[in-house]
Amino acid sequence: MSFEPLGENRFIVPIGPQHPALKEPGHFEFVVDGEIVTGASVRLGYVHRGIEKGAEDRTWIQNLYLMERICGICSHIHATAFVQGVEKLAGVEAPPRARAIREVFAELERIHSHMLWLGVAAHEGGFDALFMYSWRDREVVMDMLEMLSGNRVHYSANLIGGVKYDLNPEMMDKIRDGLNYLEERLAHYLDVVNHDETFIGRTRGIGTMTREQAQLLGAVGPTARASNFAFDVRVDAPYAAYAEFPVEMVVAQEGDLHARFVVRILETMESIRVLRRIFDNLPESELVTRVPRRIPAGETISRVEAPRGELFYFIASSGGEKPERVKVRTPSLCNWGTVITLAVGHKLADMPMILAGIDPCFSCNDRLVMVKRNHQDPQVWTWADLRNYGIEYYR
Amino acid sequence: MGLEVSKPWQQALDKIRTWARVNSPWAIHFNSGSCNGCDIEILATLTPRYDVERFGIKLQGSPRHADVLICTGPVSLQAKDRLLRIYWQMPEPKFVIAVGSCGLSGGVFHGCYNIVKGIDEVLPVDVFVPGCPPRPEAIIYGVAVLLEALKSGKRPERTMTVELPAGFEKPQAEVRQ
Repeated sequence: MSFEPLGENRFIVPIGPQHPALKEPGHFEFVVDGEIVTGASVRLGYVHRGIEKGAEDRTWIQNLYLMERICGICSHIHATAFVQGVEKLAGVEAPPRARAIREVFAELERIHSHMLWLGVAAHEGGFDALFMYSWRDREVVMDMLEMLSGNRVHYSANLIGGVKYDLNPEMMDKIRDGLNYLEERLAHYLDVVNHDETFIGRTRGIGTMTREQAQLLGAVGPTARASNFAFDVRVDAPYAAYAEFPVEMVVAQEGDLHARFVVRILETMESIRVLRRIFDNLPESELVTRVPRRIPAGETISRVEAPRGELFYFIASSGGEKPERVKVRTPSLCNWGTVITLAVGHKLADMPMILAGIDPCFSCNDRLVMVKRNHQDPQVWTWADLRNYGIEYYR
Repeated sequence: MGLEVSKPWQQALDKIRTWARVNSPWAIHFNSGSCNGCDIEILATLTPRYDVERFGIKLQGSPRHADVLICTGPVSLQAKDRLLRIYWQMPEPKFVIAVGSCGLSGGVFHGCYNIVKGIDEVLPVDVFVPGCPPRPEAIIYGVAVLLEALKSGKRPERTMTVELPAGFEKPQAEVRQ
């Protein structure tokens, strides 16, 4: 990320990596002139674990569980992206019921993720009552996921060639009841977001991003859709059962923080609608197809829409029991650029909400280890330095 | 401590200290490279359904105000320095709770190149909470076990020497009678 050399007459507010605002480590530096932020930089990498390299050392099945643990909030969607790529390589397709169940899990996960975000983002703005309420209601979704899979966070619903868990009518009835309750609550939250005066004061007109900026900075997911940039993998390139049970894209015009709240809440309501449709027309078939243990050699890409935006997997196989290379491009990383740009010109006090506005998730975007050198200012690393470092490293 | 015989007023003071500590432990949470799963479960313990504040447990932003370090993750090499720094910044006596399978042994990330494999390699851990991720009930139970041990004075002495992070000066030995 961009590190500018320290100049004269500038005051830098360093934040992190351990800080009360977010639950994950990330280090931010805001250059301030009085109250106004004139520059921002982010230093990631505290959660870098070496998963992509680790994936080369594990079998296809083991990798399924490793990929799920890239991120605890969007674990199912990571596994879905991975299995879809592997299935494509193996030339098999999951049965229709399995694909529908994948969509069920993905949409339940989206509800849980967006409600979690609603709470955290409200908390950043000081609306702790909303935080507590939305997390209380989120427990309803967690109960549904626990009922379906037996686990609250890492559901492990996917298998290569299908899914593990089936839905039965009693489960669906219970989930329907929960969804009715959630829909009611979400309507209330939408009302709060749209009409609460203090809330509007903190969100409307803050961190406004135009459509052009969103496109230029490579924003994805709800962050981009709040800026009228209509792009949703579920609609543009349907995977799983999204062709049979389509979702409607939620787009807002304003591009400010308020629009991001509205888009996410409406998306959650859209997920509830789609879940009801799936439960009414769940196709009958077996849950798993047979997949060879060795995946044929080849390369493929797999795209899915995670709660935070487009998730992209590149998978290469050399025909063995282990993948040759797995490359993951996560939505949070794409959205960081927007924060750095949007921060400029705003008050320092708005930073937590602008940061939280993209729904940042560090565990899935930490992929760079920066080596600190003692003889120089570690903050300054020019392109020439980096090039020289690379040459020296491989000498 | 050791062979010294403490005076009655010191014993009384110690009792009051333990009482205060057990009734309102302030916790600090640090993610040392976990996948977020444990972190959202720790946050869930603070929210209405589980609500650990009824036990007096409060999540605290600053390490200097905290008694208990609730730590998740397999300790990535980048976060190790920070973890040590936070640990050293905490006032004595301090307690560490390791949450999640990867905090215990590296878990699913075992063998990845950028992790230390577990918090107990770096810090002396008082309570381990297994699970991937552990349920909020399990995390609350872990805290309860720690508090129980403190109450009965059965907490084992730590013998591990904790490494000082780079550029960090060891705090002055705190005055304890």
